[in-house]
Amino acid sequence: MLAKRIIPCLDVKDGQTVKGTNFVDLRQAGDPVELGAAYSRMGADELVYLDITASHEGRKTFTDMVGRVAAKINIPFTVGGGINELSDVDRMLSAGADKVSVNSAAVRRPDLINEIAGRFGSQVCVVAIDAKLTDHGWKCYLNGGRIETERGLFEWAKEAADRGAGEILFTSMNHDGVKTGFANEALARLADELPIPIIASGGAGKMEHFRDAFQIGHADAALAASVFHFGEIGIAELKQYLTNEGIEIRI
Amino acid sequence: MEVAIVKYNAGNLFSVVHALNRLGVEPVITDDAELLQKADCILFPGQGHARTTMTYLKEHRLDEMIRSFKQPVLGICVGQQLMCRHSEEGDVDCLGIFDVDVKRFIPEVKEEKVPHMGWNALTDLQTPLFKDIKEHDYVYFVHSFYVPTCSSTIATSNYIHPFSAALHKDNFWATQFHPEKSGTVGETIIKNFLDMSK
Repeated sequence: MLAKRIIPCLDVKDGQTVKGTNFVDLRQAGDPVELGAAYSRMGADELVYLDITASHEGRKTFTDMVGRVAAKINIPFTVGGGINELSDVDRMLSAGADKVSVNSAAVRRPDLINEIAGRFGSQVCVVAIDAKLTDHGWKCYLNGGRIETERGLFEWAKEAADRGAGEILFTSMNHDGVKTGFANEALARLADELPIPIIASGGAGKMEHFRDAFQIGHADAALAASVFHFGEIGIAELKQYLTNEGIEIRI
Repeated sequence: MEVAIVKYNAGNLFSVVHALNRLGVEPVITDDAELLQKADCILFPGQGHARTTMTYLKEHRLDEMIRSFKQPVLGICVGQQLMCRHSEEGDVDCLGIFDVDVKRFIPEVKEEKVPHMGWNALTDLQTPLFKDIKEHDYVYFVHSFYVPTCSSTIATSNYIHPFSAALHKDNFWATQFHPEKSGTVGETIIKNFLDMSK
């Protein structure tokens, strides 16, 4: 059976991971390549690297880092942040990334999804959606949650899948950082309605939250950042727990 | 040892190069007959569309060449599918090294999403390619088409139904999964292939 995936997410600024870490055994905890390699050894199934640099110089540093990650790490990894056009995708894949995630740029110009899928294949194209449950239902947000749009989460996710997205990475802004669990109801609706895998993001605080994202939210993968970075949840320990709960996991 | 990678119009050969580099091997990527023939072993990786890649191989006379290789050859993903008789992806005749046809995954229930993407378990492992690999070890797959189990099957995985995770016939080996992206398990499989070629 296909295993559910556990994905640590690393935010990178000017070539360094941003969120602090408790990995005392690492020589350079801030080095995204070292940190990714450590997660891989612990049993992470994939990695996501997000470029949160705005500058041109920072972007070049990020591309160099992608090349070093590809040389060092033997599991799949996705890169995101600052992917606005096909040439950005080409640059990331040429540097060795397995997949790219697009977010705001795809909402502004949905054809980007068709272009990526047509040129490189759907398996390369992860569409990341930041959404918030408002009085008018789930709405999509842009630019890291700063700009509200009229787009509904379910409608946009379906359109993205129809246009050739290979996966949806759904972050609930209501749950992100709160550590009370993932948005399981919305996740289940996405997972049940769409023919592509759904990655749950936002809300992980305890191991039970991952179990619920898979069992109640029907997610195919679960992504988290701080609980892993701060060592609150160990990946090996989490994967053992999920296996004991009867979930198919790669150990 | 000399390791060659067949150069053609398939995507993402880098990850295989990196995987070999991590094992201390510097491969040559080439479509030159002489260079390929003198290599100790040959990798035939790839992502891409069966018809598009097969058309390219035929146009460049690489189809004849690949069939004539005498040293160990390892096909990966689309590489494996191209080594079969025929593919439903673009309804195209392939290299015919393995006497089996490539089929499209048809989901039976909505939980079964296509492509089959992620980590899945290997079972019924045979041959030295899987030395030190345990039953139910996981490897990484990304594919929408599959090779049914057949007389050349040396490893099976299950998605929707059982299918060939790896094939072997004479000097030809192939995996549907990506050993170069399959962590330490995949690294061991590549190392086993290189060891067989020494």
